[in-house]
Parts: sequence; C-alpha cells; structure tokens
Amino acid sequence: MIPDNLLPAAIVLTSLVPGLLIFVLGERRHVLRTVLNMTGALAKLALVGLLIQGVYEGRDFESRLTLAPGLDLVLNADALSVLFVTLSTVLWLVTTVYAIGYLEHSPHRSRFFGFFSLCVSATVGLALAGNLLTFVIFYEALTLATYPLVAHRGTPDAAQGARVYLGYTLGGGVLLLTGAIWLQSLAGPVVFTQGGMLSALAGEYDTQLVLIFFLLIAGLGVKAALVPLHGWLPQAMVAPAPVSALLHAVAVVKAGAFGIVRVVYDVYGVVLAESLGLLAALAVLASITIVYGSVRALSQDGLKKRLAYSTVSQVSYIALGASIFGPVATIGGVVHLVHQGIMKITLFFCAGNYAETLGVHRVSEMDGVGRRMPWTTLALTVGTLGMIGVPPVAGFVSKWYLGLGAVEAGSDWVLLILVTSSLLNAAYFFPILFRAWFKEAPARWPKERIAAGRLETAAALLWPPVITALLALAAGLFAAAPASPLEWAELIAQREYGL
Amino acid sequence: MIDWLALTVALPLLGAVFAVVLPTRARGIGMAAALLTTAMALSVSVQVVQGITLRSDLGGWGAPLGIGLQADGLSAALLVMANLVALGISAYALDYFDAGSRRHFWPLWLLLWTALNGLFLAVDLFNIYVTLELLGISAAALGALTGRREAVAANLRYLLVGLLGSMTYLLGVALAYTGLGTLDLGLAAQALTPGPLAWTIFALMLGGLLLKTALFPLHFWLPPAHAQAPAPVSAALSALVVKAAFYLILRLWLDLFGPVAGPAAGTLLGMLGAGGVVWGSWRAFRAERLKLLAAYSTVAQVGYLFMFFPLMAAAAIPRRQELFGALVLLALTHGFAKAGLFLSAGLLQKTAGHDRIAELGPATQSLPAVAFAIGFAGVALIGLPPSGTFVAKWVLLSESFASGQWWWAPVVLAGTLLAAAYVFRLLANAFGPGLQPGAAGGGDQSQCLVPIGRAVQAPALLMTLIAVVLLGLGAEPLWTLLQEPPP
Repeated sequence: MIPDNLLPAAIVLTSLVPGLLIFVLGERRHVLRTVLNMTGALAKLALVGLLIQGVYEGRDFESRLTLAPGLDLVLNADALSVLFVTLSTVLWLVTTVYAIGYLEHSPHRSRFFGFFSLCVSATVGLALAGNLLTFVIFYEALTLATYPLVAHRGTPDAAQGARVYLGYTLGGGVLLLTGAIWLQSLAGPVVFTQGGMLSALAGEYDTQLVLIFFLLIAGLGVKAALVPLHGWLPQAMVAPAPVSALLHAVAVVKAGAFGIVRVVYDVYGVVLAESLGLLAALAVLASITIVYGSVRALSQDGLKKRLAYSTVSQVSYIALGASIFGPVATIGGVVHLVHQGIMKITLFFCAGNYAETLGVHRVSEMDGVGRRMPWTTLALTVGTLGMIGVPPVAGFVSKWYLGLGAVEAGSDWVLLILVTSSLLNAAYFFPILFRAWFKEAPARWPKERIAAGRLETAAALLWPPVITALLALAAGLFAAAPASPLEWAELIAQREYGL
Repeated sequence: MIDWLALTVALPLLGAVFAVVLPTRARGIGMAAALLTTAMALSVSVQVVQGITLRSDLGGWGAPLGIGLQADGLSAALLVMANLVALGISAYALDYFDAGSRRHFWPLWLLLWTALNGLFLAVDLFNIYVTLELLGISAAALGALTGRREAVAANLRYLLVGLLGSMTYLLGVALAYTGLGTLDLGLAAQALTPGPLAWTIFALMLGGLLLKTALFPLHFWLPPAHAQAPAPVSAALSALVVKAAFYLILRLWLDLFGPVAGPAAGTLLGMLGAGGVVWGSWRAFRAERLKLLAAYSTVAQVGYLFMFFPLMAAAAIPRRQELFGALVLLALTHGFAKAGLFLSAGLLQKTAGHDRIAELGPATQSLPAVAFAIGFAGVALIGLPPSGTFVAKWVLLSESFASGQWWWAPVVLAGTLLAAAYVFRLLANAFGPGLQPGAAGGGDQSQCLVPIGRAVQAPALLMTLIAVVLLGLGAEPLWTLLQEPPP
C-alpha cells in the first residue's frame, strides 16, 4: 500500500499535515478540527500497525532526504524506535480526545491543536531518527513546538514558565549540537547501530569520547530532567493539563530519556560505554535524580507539582536501566520507557479532571474526592500504585527487572536506591489516596464547573484516564504475553547485547 | 535570440523610466516590471542550472572594451534570491506608501533593482563599480523617503559612507587598470601576481566593500539607516544591498584574489566576523525597538558569513566546496528571513503605531500570520532546524572541529543562544490572555489597532517559509549548482 521507503516519513506526516491545516482553520471550525485531529491520530495508528508488522517480518524501512553533501535526514525503524513510536501514537490518540474535552471552551484552540500536532510529529520523528543529525533536528523541533504550548495560557506565570523552559532546553540543545558535531568530525556520520558504532575510535580518542559523552548526556539530560538540569520542569506545570500529560509521559521528558538510551546503546555501544567508565557516572547521576525527585515531591502541596517531581524521579529509572551493564537491567530501563509513560499520563489526566471538574488543584483540597469522582480516583489509584511498584501494575515489572539486573551486574547498591525510592513514592502518594478515599468531603468544592450527572465529569475527560489505567494494569498483568512492552524490551536487549 | 542577461538588467531600468514619465501609473508599471524582471532572472537561473553558459557582450564589444554580463552558479543563486525577495517586497509595497511617496518609491526601487541585477551579472571591475554606486545612491534615497529628520540624517550618513566605500573600491580599480591593463575579471585574474601591487589592489577593493557590507567594526552606519527606513526599504537594504557587497567580496576573493589572499587575511576576516556575531547579537538583544533589533541582527548574520573565510582558506577542495555551498546557503536564507522579518515589523508598526518591543503584545496577537512569519524568521536567524541556517551552521561547526580551528565554535554557539534570546523576546509577545473585546487591558489597546489586510501579510510569511522549509530541507541542489569551479 505504502512503499517501504515512505512509511516512516508518512508516520511523521500524519500528524504534521493535520497540524499545519489546523493552523489555518478558523477558531470556530470545531467539527472540522476534531475530524482532522482524529483522522491524523487514527491514520498514524494504522501506519504504526503496518510498521510493527513489517519490523516483525524483518523488513527494512528507511526514508532518506539529503540536506547537504554528507548530511542526510534519515528515518528508519528498529525495535527501539518501534517501541517509542507505538507509545507516542497510542498516547497521542488518547490525549487528543482528552484535550478536545479539556479545551472545549478556551480561546486559541487552533493554535493549541496545531502545535500539539507538531509536538507529536517531532516526537515521532526523533523516535524514528536513524542518525544523530536527524535526532538533533527533531529534538530541537520538539523544543520549538512545545514552547507555545507551555506559554499557551498567556498569563505572566505561563510567560515565566515558558521562558525558563526555553532557557534550559535551548541551552541543552546547544550542548547536544556541540557534542553531535564534534562526534561527527571524529567518526563521520553517526548512524544509530545496534551494539554501537564507535568501537573503532576507542583507545586513540578516549578522552574526547568521554567529553563528548558528557556533552551529549548534558544536552539530553535537560529534557530528561536529570538533576541538576531539572529546574524547568516544575515551572512548566503552568501548561494546560493535556500538555503536562504529553510533556511528562511521551514528548519532552521521554525524548531526553530515549536519547540517553540511544546514545548509550546505539552510538557508543554498551560495551564501550562500560569500558570508558561512562556507565558508572551515569548510574550515579540517575540515582541522585531518583532520590532527589522523590524527596522534593514529598513537600509539594500542588498536585501537578508533586507529579512533576515524581516525573523527575521516575524518568531516571530509564537512565538507570541504561547505565547498569547487563541485559536484564536494560530490559527494566527500556520497558520503563513505556510503563512510566502510561502511568504518568493517567496521573496527569486525573489531576486535570479534578482541576477542571471541581477546581481542586492541591493535595490538601482532595479530601473525599474519591466519592465524588470514583472512576477518576480509581484510575489515579492504579497509576500511583504502579509508580510505587505494587504488583500487578506495570511499574512493578520495571522495578523488578531493574533490581534483578543490578544484582546480576554486582551493583547491589542500586537495590538500596530502588527501595528508598519506592518508600518515598509510597510516602508521597499514599496520603493522596488516603485523603481521596477515606476523608470526609467538604461541603463545597473550590470551583465546581461540571455537575455530576450520569458520569462524574465530561465523557471526553473521563474515558482517557480510565483507558490508560487499564493499559497500565494490562502491561503488568500480561507482561509475559507476546508483543507486550516487556517482550519488545527483551527483543531490544537481546539485539543490543548481540545475544 | 533573446539576450536574457541584458533583459534581466534592462527591464527594471525601463520600468524606472516609465514610472518617472507616468507617475500616476507608477504602481502598475512597477509591479509589471517586477514580475517580468523576476521571470527573466528565473529563466537565466534555470539555464545556468541546465549547464548553459550565459555570456553576453553588449553592443558586440567583447572584453576588454565592452560591457560584459555573465551568469554562473554563484550569480544565479543570488539572482534568484534577490529577485524573489524583491518581488515580495514589491507586492508588499503596493499599498504601503501614500500617493505622495509612491511616485518616488517606484522609480528609485526599480533603479535599485537594476543595480542589483547588474551587479550580480557584471564581469568587469569598472561595471561593478557603476552598479555599486547606483545601488548605494538609490538605496540611500529610498531610505530617506519618509523625509523625517532622523531618517534623512541616518541616510545621509549612509550615503556618505557608501560613497567612501565605493571610492575606495574605485581606487583599487584604477590601480588594477594601470597595473594590469585590463578590467575584465578573467583577464585581470590571469595578470595578477602576488606582490605589493596585488596587495594594494586587494586591500583597497576589499576595504571599500567591507565598509559597504557592514562587517564589524565598519557596521556603525547600518543600524540607524536600516532602522529608520520605511519597512519595505529596510527589508531591501538588509536582505539585498548588504548581500550585494558581500557577493562582490566573495566573487573577488574566489575569482581574482585567490593567489593573493592568504590564510592570514581569511583569519582576519573571520575574527572581525566573530566580533560582529557577538556584538550584533548582543545589541540586538538589548534593542528596545523591533526594527533596530532586526538591523543589529543583520550585523550579526553578516559576521557569520565571514567566519567561513578562515575555514575555506585552510580547507582542501572537497571540504572547500561544502563550505562554499553552506556559505551561499546561509546568505540566501538570511536574505529571505531578514526581508520577512522587516516586512513583518512594518506591519506591526502600522497596526500598533510604534515598534517598541515591550508594547507590541496586542498587535502581535491580532496578526497571527505575522506572528508566524516572525517565528519562522526567528528560527532561521537562530539557526534552529529545519532552516537553511541550521544546515549551514552544522557545516561551519563540523569544519571548525575537523580542521582543528575549534575556537570558532564557541562564538557560533554563543551567537546562537543570544539570537534565541532576542527572537523569543519578540515571540513572547504572541502569547497573551487573548483579545476579548470589553475585557480589561487587552480590550482597550486592541481598539486602537489599525486593521491590516490579509494579502499584505502573505509576502512576509512566504519568504520566511522559503527560508525555513525550502532552504532547510531542499537545498542540496545548491551544491551541484555551485560545483563548477568559477572560471
């Protein structure tokens, strides 16, 4: 149906084209805009289905565009990119539904949905990037596409948040660009290769390779919110809830984490990274971030802020998995890419629902909210339990493999980090659940906008968290089933270690 | 047979004459000439792309006596950019001026266009001088079109500096004629041997042109002149006139002074360029007015162009060709982006009545297409993907790492961050609580905004789109076009 060499490009275009069309649409063309959004999202899903099938059959997909002599924009699909593309596509579909419900009556919807689509296009583009140049291009494009979303509300807070966001991400972008170009001047075009592509340079250029690694990780660490580069993330919370959901689960933060995985496995190669001592450094960085984020989350009263610090902590599990030498830890890290996405998007949807339905923004206002909004709170419960790592929710699987991998690699201290972090997770999530389910509801909610009818809130707001919560459960329960995220992660680990 | 080259130069001149004779029809004549000239320039370029060598000797007099015109890859690339940008500016200018200014605008504008096309096609050192002089005079006259005191003062200075520049250049030409006995570029190149004479010619010609292209620290005249001119004129000055002088430097450097210009000269130009990048970007960041910001940003972007010289001087042939292509790509991208930015600035100025950046919020929000144009122009000025600037900067940076001249990299990166800082100062204006009539704050201000038609927003948007999308993703043929080493 679609030639193999156009499929990756088509997957990017299914959100890019609707996005561009939406920009020129009048503000009141509500129906047409929704149709465009949904058509794009569904078409992308269908194409990703074709891609999964093709990659499974071992076909090669590659779209290539020459920008200048020796500079090629390459989109192709390997197991890792398929995993991330699938995650982005599924969650984009759900988030689009949610965003349509959430922004029903607010101004500038054309602008919002236009940039929203561009943001997803950039994410999918960097997932499919076949070389470092392409990755950098989409990584920067993602910065550009998300800036208007963070600034969307137009309040002084939003302007401030957007400015901080931009300062951090463009600064990080410059570091990444420097690292990428420096590396390219040593190694030629940096093509993502399973097992790494730099082993030929080892020995002669060790110092430069180490420096470049830290430049790249610093550039990626800004988006992945590695401490001390995480400062933008809590401030970017001023964005509307669907944006926070997408930023934290799929797009920005995950782009950074995905990039770290790419650099460790497909640029340096895990063996070279280990022998240069880079993995140990990354592991320390990730561990500090994990504990720091959790500690900061404890004292946040704003629900979204607490979730934001929780993201800082949780995303670093991915970096942690990448930094422990051994296939089991790799599986844990890579599968968390998906698991954290599904769980965190659920939590942000729920936070958005409380804010939009009842005007509840703070943890201290959540008393008894479970009885008023049982389904939302149930979804929240699944999400938080998953984050803590309670079986059978998906988060348990990630932590299990990470712990096992750490023991296997002889890094027993990582277990201590995992236990500490899980205890802290429990410490900042259980009070929320306790308040929501067991405390008495107040006589009046802060600002009740949507009255309780047959459903506790608008249908477009309710279904997305319920669906993603079910996905999070399913990913944990059926982790051993074929084509589960875990199985893809195993496939990826096998290939990276050449097993 | 049609003499395409001669027509490319003669058509705007003809238009200018008619516009003077029939001032009431100036607008129609001007637009017709603009369309025809652009078509002619495009067909010249298409022929160059097809590998046809175009050379015409006016009146049948060959070198060294007659007026020769010739088109190669470099001139074709700049010709296309200049004519498309000029066409966009013409369309924008249709309704920009009141009836009084209109009569003066069109003849001068077409004269400037004649000079531009002539300059890109000239192969004779003296003819280059003539076009350069014509360009400078018509540009200064256009800049002073409003007749406001500041504008006249700024442009008088611009005129005098321009004259100084072209006179210095002319001195070089005179010296070349006495010393070499010819003015034809090709013949002069054959006759020129390194020595005191060659060095003097080189220094005089280059010095004059550097002044005209506003390389730091010779940029002092540019910001007031470009900021005070009417928006369409500012666009032409920043995007085209500066670029014309730069083209000549590149042309002479490649075709004439190849054996004379050593690495030291390249390094000197690179250092001045680096100074321009830092200083221009910094001043743009500090500027309080939009047009002044855009003008200082030109100083910075010209600086980037010169940072290619030390790398090109040191590189071997294949890398040199890559750098050369990237350099031309950067110049073209800047042409489109900066023209788009100035045209957008003009619209904001018209609708808000001023161009104080801090107070442009309501105006920016009332013109989404303009906000997008500024955004695209900004992407190209910063050098973010997918603009042509990104590709060019990538090549520049990788060559500076690969050749060991890594010290250029921090300058480029610092300039990039500063550019981001000044561009996003503008873009932050695009986000506000929204213009709800009757609402406090935004409502009152939006009342006094002058409405702007849709058509007049199109040229800026299109030009910036070319800079960002077309030149970013589709620039590869440029290297093929420039492949053939200039004769």
